[in-house]
Parts: sequence; C-alpha cells; structure tokens
Amino acid sequence: MSQKLTDSSKTSSLSSELLVKIHDLMVKSRVLEERLIKIYKTGEAYFWIGAPGEEAFGVALGLLANKGQGVEYDYFHLHYRGTPTLVAMGLTMEDSIRLIMNKETDPCTGGRNFSNHYCFPEWNVVPVTSPIEVQYTVAIGTALAQKNNPKLGITVVTGGDAGSAEGDFASSLIWASRPGNELPMLLTVQNNRVGISTAYEDQHGEEYIADRGKAFRMKTMVINGLDPVESYLKLKEAYEYVRIERKPLLLEARVSRLYGHSSASGANFEDSFSDPLQTFEKTLMKHSILSEAEIKNIYKKYEDESWEAVEKVRSEKPPRAETVWDHTYAQGENADWRKF
Amino acid sequence: MANMAQSIRMALHYGETHLGVKEIFGQDVGPPMGGVFTATQGLKTAWNTPLDERGIVGAAIGLGLTGTRCVAEIQFCDYIFNTIDLLKLAGNTSWSCSGLYHLPIVLMTPVGAGIRGSIYHSHSFDALASRLPGWKVVMPSTPLETYGMLLSAIEDPNPVLFLVPKALMRIKGEELIPGEPGTEKELKAMIDAPLGDRSQWTPKWPALKDVRVPIGQAKVLQEGTDLTVVSYGRSVRMCLSEAQKLEDAGEMSAEVIDLRSIYPYDWQTVKASIEKTRKVLFVNEDTEVTNFGEHLAYRATRELFYELEAPPQVLAGLNVPGIGLHNDLEEVSVPHGPQIRAEMFQLNQLRA
Ligand SMILES: Cc1ncc(C[n+]2csc(CCOP(=O)(O)OP(=O)(O)O)c2C)c(N)n1
Repeated sequence: MSQKLTDSSKTSSLSSELLVKIHDLMVKSRVLEERLIKIYKTGEAYFWIGAPGEEAFGVALGLLANKGQGVEYDYFHLHYRGTPTLVAMGLTMEDSIRLIMNKETDPCTGGRNFSNHYCFPEWNVVPVTSPIEVQYTVAIGTALAQKNNPKLGITVVTGGDAGSAEGDFASSLIWASRPGNELPMLLTVQNNRVGISTAYEDQHGEEYIADRGKAFRMKTMVINGLDPVESYLKLKEAYEYVRIERKPLLLEARVSRLYGHSSASGANFEDSFSDPLQTFEKTLMKHSILSEAEIKNIYKKYEDESWEAVEKVRSEKPPRAETVWDHTYAQGENADWRKF
Repeated sequence: MANMAQSIRMALHYGETHLGVKEIFGQDVGPPMGGVFTATQGLKTAWNTPLDERGIVGAAIGLGLTGTRCVAEIQFCDYIFNTIDLLKLAGNTSWSCSGLYHLPIVLMTPVGAGIRGSIYHSHSFDALASRLPGWKVVMPSTPLETYGMLLSAIEDPNPVLFLVPKALMRIKGEELIPGEPGTEKELKAMIDAPLGDRSQWTPKWPALKDVRVPIGQAKVLQEGTDLTVVSYGRSVRMCLSEAQKLEDAGEMSAEVIDLRSIYPYDWQTVKASIEKTRKVLFVNEDTEVTNFGEHLAYRATRELFYELEAPPQVLAGLNVPGIGLHNDLEEVSVPHGPQIRAEMFQLNQLRA
C-alpha cells in the first residue's frame, strides 16, 4: 500500500497506512455509537448522546494528541461528542458501554453520568460535564498550568456552535490572548449549524465563529471537519502552532449530526447531513486503498466487537446505592451531615 | 496585632513558601493594588485577572485538575452569583468521576454587610454556599483564626470556599499570629505596601509559623448554662459581646459557639452545648428564607426534641432583596446587638 491520497486543496498528503488507520478508527467510533444507540433503544440505557458525523474531525484530534498524564501532556476538555477522539486515543468499546449502561465498572463516572461523559486521567481527559461551554473556562486553568512547562503540553477544548453564545466562550478568548500571557490552547468549535433545534442563522450574526478569534489577534482556522484528510492536516498544523508558539488558536470545523441531538430527539438517522464516513470510503475505494469487501470486513470486525462488549458488560454489576456519598470529598472523608 | 486582611496576606505568603501555592489570582489581586482589601499585597504569585468571575472560577477548577494549588478571589461575594454553575461543577467534579480527580483549590470572597456597602457590597453567601455539596465552606471571625483556617484550606484536597466577613477585615486581632512582630506599627512597616509608587517595594515577611484551625471544628467562645448561641463570622462577635454584657449584668449565662465551618460543621460541639443548656439560638446575617441556621434548628429539633426546653430559634437577615444604604435600613436588615439581645431574652424566658 504505497499509494498516497492527495487532498485536492493542499499539497501535503497522507500515507495510505495512515488513511487506513483513520478510516478504521472512524468505523470503530461509528459502530460503537450506533451500538450505544441500540442499547438505548432496547431500554438498556436511560439516555444517549454522541458523535456520529464528527468522526473525521474527532479521530484526527485524538490521533494527533500528545497523550499522557500531567501538565507535560495535552489536556482534553471535551463536550458530549468525544467518542471519535477517545476511540483514536484508545477508548475500548467495553468502557464506553459501561458508561452508557451505568455499571459499577464504568471507569469514567462509576455509573453516575450519561453516555459520552468520559473521564480518563491517564490521558488527561478531564470529566465531560453537561452544562454547555463550561469546559472553555475550565480549560483556562489547565493551560495556565502548562504555560511555562518546557515539555510543551497544550490544552485542547471542544464544543458546539450554539454553545459559543455562552460567556464562557468569550472568557476563553480573553484569557487565552492576554498580551505576554498567551495560553497554549487549541480552542475548537464543531459547527453542525444547529443547537438542538435552533438553526445557526437564528443565533449567529458572524459568518464564521472562528472570526471571533481575530479580534484577539489569535490565529484562526475554518476547516472541513467532514474530510478526514483536511482535518488531519489542518489539526496537525494547529497542534504544532499551539505547541511551539505557546499561543492560542481558534479552529472551527464543519461537522454533521447524523442521529439528531440525542436520544431525547429520537436518535434516528437524518440524511439531511452528509456522512463523512461514506464520502471517505468512496474516495478510498476510488483510489484503490480499500476495497468494498475490505471495508465490509472492518464493519464486521467492529460489529462483532461491539456485540461481544455488550454481552460482557450486560452481566456486570450496577453501582451500589450505599456508595452514593463516596468521593464527595477526597480521601474517603465523610460528607453525610447525619454522621458529623 | 494583625487585622484580617494582613492575616490573609500572611497566610497566603506562608502558603506560597511552605504549602505549594502556585497561583493567587482575582480582580486587582496582583500589583500594584494587592486586592481591594489589601489582602494580597506583596505576594510573589499574585496576579490580576480579567474582570471575569466565570473565568476566575473556571481557571481555578482547571488548575485544580492539574493538581496545582491555587487561591482565587471573587472581589465581593455579591459578584459570585454568575458563577453558581461553575461552583456546582467544582463541587461535583470529584463525585461525578468517582474520585478520579480532586480539586485542591481555595476560593476566597468577602461577604456580608457592615461597611455601608448598599445593595451590591453587602450580600451574604453562606446559605447558598451550604447548598454546594463537595465544597467545604468556612467563615472565620478573628485574624488568628483566619490565618490558621486559610492554611488548613490551602492544604485541603477539596475545594474550599473561604468566606471573609468584610466588616471584620480591618479589625485588629487580640492575639498575635505566631511569628508576627509585637506591635501593629512594626507589622505595618514590614508588610503593608506604601502609598504612591510601589514598583520598587517588596515586603519583609515575618518568620511565620504553621498554625492550623482544622476545618469542621467549632469553638466555644464563652461557656454558659442558660442557653446556647451558635453563630459565625461577623455576627458571632456581636453575639459574644452581648453574651458577655448579659453575663456581667447577671442577666443570664449564655454559651457562645463560633461554628467557623459551615460545611462540614461540628455538630458534636453544638449538640453537647444544647444538651447542657436546652435552648439554642442560631444567628447569621444571610437572609432568613431559606437559611443555614434553619438546617441547624431542624437538626436540633429532630435529634434533641425531648431535651429542649424551647423551640430552637433562628435570627437571620430579613428576607429583603438587598441591604439598603441608609444606616437605619442596614441596621434593621441584618442582626445587630439589640436584636440578638432581644432574642436571647425571649428565648431565655421560654420554657417547654
Ligand atoms: C448551560 C446549558 N444550557 C442549556 C443546555 C441544554 N442543551 C444541551 S445541548 C444544547 C445545544 C448545544 O448546541 P451546540 O453547542 O451547537 O452543540 P451540538 O449539540 O449541536 O453539538 C442545549 C441547549 C445545557 N446542557 N447547558
């Protein structure tokens, strides 16, 4: 497999090995999300929210991470569409399923939170939380801790387009760009042009959200987050800029929302959005990088894996009610006033 | 004798030099001002943030996630309200990830009335703070205790909300902070920034010692037998003063407890006192509906019903939208000596 796929708009190109790897991870993420939806639809989970349609962008974001624990590595402040990024970082299907099925074994929350609300300290993936946009202010803090670190860890933030109306988004632009105190932050916005049901046009006077960075003398990018090649190349450039320059960058990526907002809106496939995976597969086949049969096999591999994971996780225990006070405070300190 | 602002400054200096505090920040917290109450003057790691409370709290959470000890300030608690969801987030971070992360952060903010601060410099925050599970919430009432409690807060692995009664900020303590020079003048010359150009100034810190006031421990300020008064912050000093006067006049013997920690709170000390006196009054200046004193009164009723000689009482701020500027408006809105005294008399007369 020596052939290279050249992105029409750029001179750089990716090796076919990398393309195959990206595709593989995109499929894994998609199959996992579709499995999560099925788990919800069969009544084995209370709620689903996730990222089908964001794989091209999300996988690249995860693949390019300097992954590890502590300020020397990259911090991730993800929102509730982080599966592709985490799959690229090494998330197992089992762990994602433990989370949606709120099992005691759920390594992220111990059965306390929704699907896609990941937390992996070993990769600096801080807890995903539901209030929109708070990750943009919290990210200021990890970036502050990294500002002067010689090992060049950076802080990565993700969020949606509608969420950028929150003050926290403005906060991150302001704090990241103080002259002489710039922060190593890769601020990203995944623009699917809708927030639950509110159209982009109902909220945004600005043509590109990324333009808001310009007022802060910030480097900005608008990319096609449906194209894995463009996403990879542009994100690579963005990561390198933030890592080396120790300055913020605001990147807006166009993405799709293939199964609606969440299970609250039915989690049904919506063909009004374009599917980055299908488009990518057409290209891969056109360039004979993967055949249709090979692609089918990849899906089969992950279908099987996801099914086995469900079977396994299903039999795992739920959290015990008596643990409800645990971890309110560190070191097992009692938080129950009845016991003071 | 240090005042509370100076004691905060000294505790933060001790924190920077001995307890690993890496960042102290907030609005006007760094040079040249060092805080609107001067509580952060001369500190090595103090810096000015943008005028953005959400950014301040978010930054503190993020620093906490990296394990970086920090002390952040909200200039007045009147301006903390737009961060409530971030305070919720800080409080639930450890719990919601089953202990994978902890936030060793301190958030300080001046609270309460008493400086003629009108509607937006007089709010209290203790009742709301008590509704933020995952936080520890404390409110000291003397400079020495402020010092000792701030050191405990800095070392605590949990988020600690450090409420400072702003009316006490300039009141000198009666006890020396260990290491503090003997006179006010000497201390001032060492650690107060000069007026005018401060660019060349550096403080001369006294050789401070490690003294702790543990979080979660109340203190009996005056022992008594007729009734118990439980308070904290500014109003506990008022309660003590009234109790002393009543004791001296032979009117009654009141036990006064400084709760010091609002959560987790020291129920055992409160309970032991109520078991002795059989009557209890809870005093604080936050608005009366719904007030943290009500929780304590509920608990006293629930657990000590058959030992009580009178229903537990709560004296708190009137449930009005703000503290009016005029003296008469302020005095009527939050408990002062006369109201506290009247409540104590009334309670003392009640018999079950
Ligand atoms: C502070 C806050 N307000 C409202 C909500 C409810 N809510 C959840 S997702 C969402 C829309 C977000 O849209 P966008 O930022 O575009 O991201 P997308 O879901 O499209 O990826 C809303 C309003 C919330 N979770 N948090």
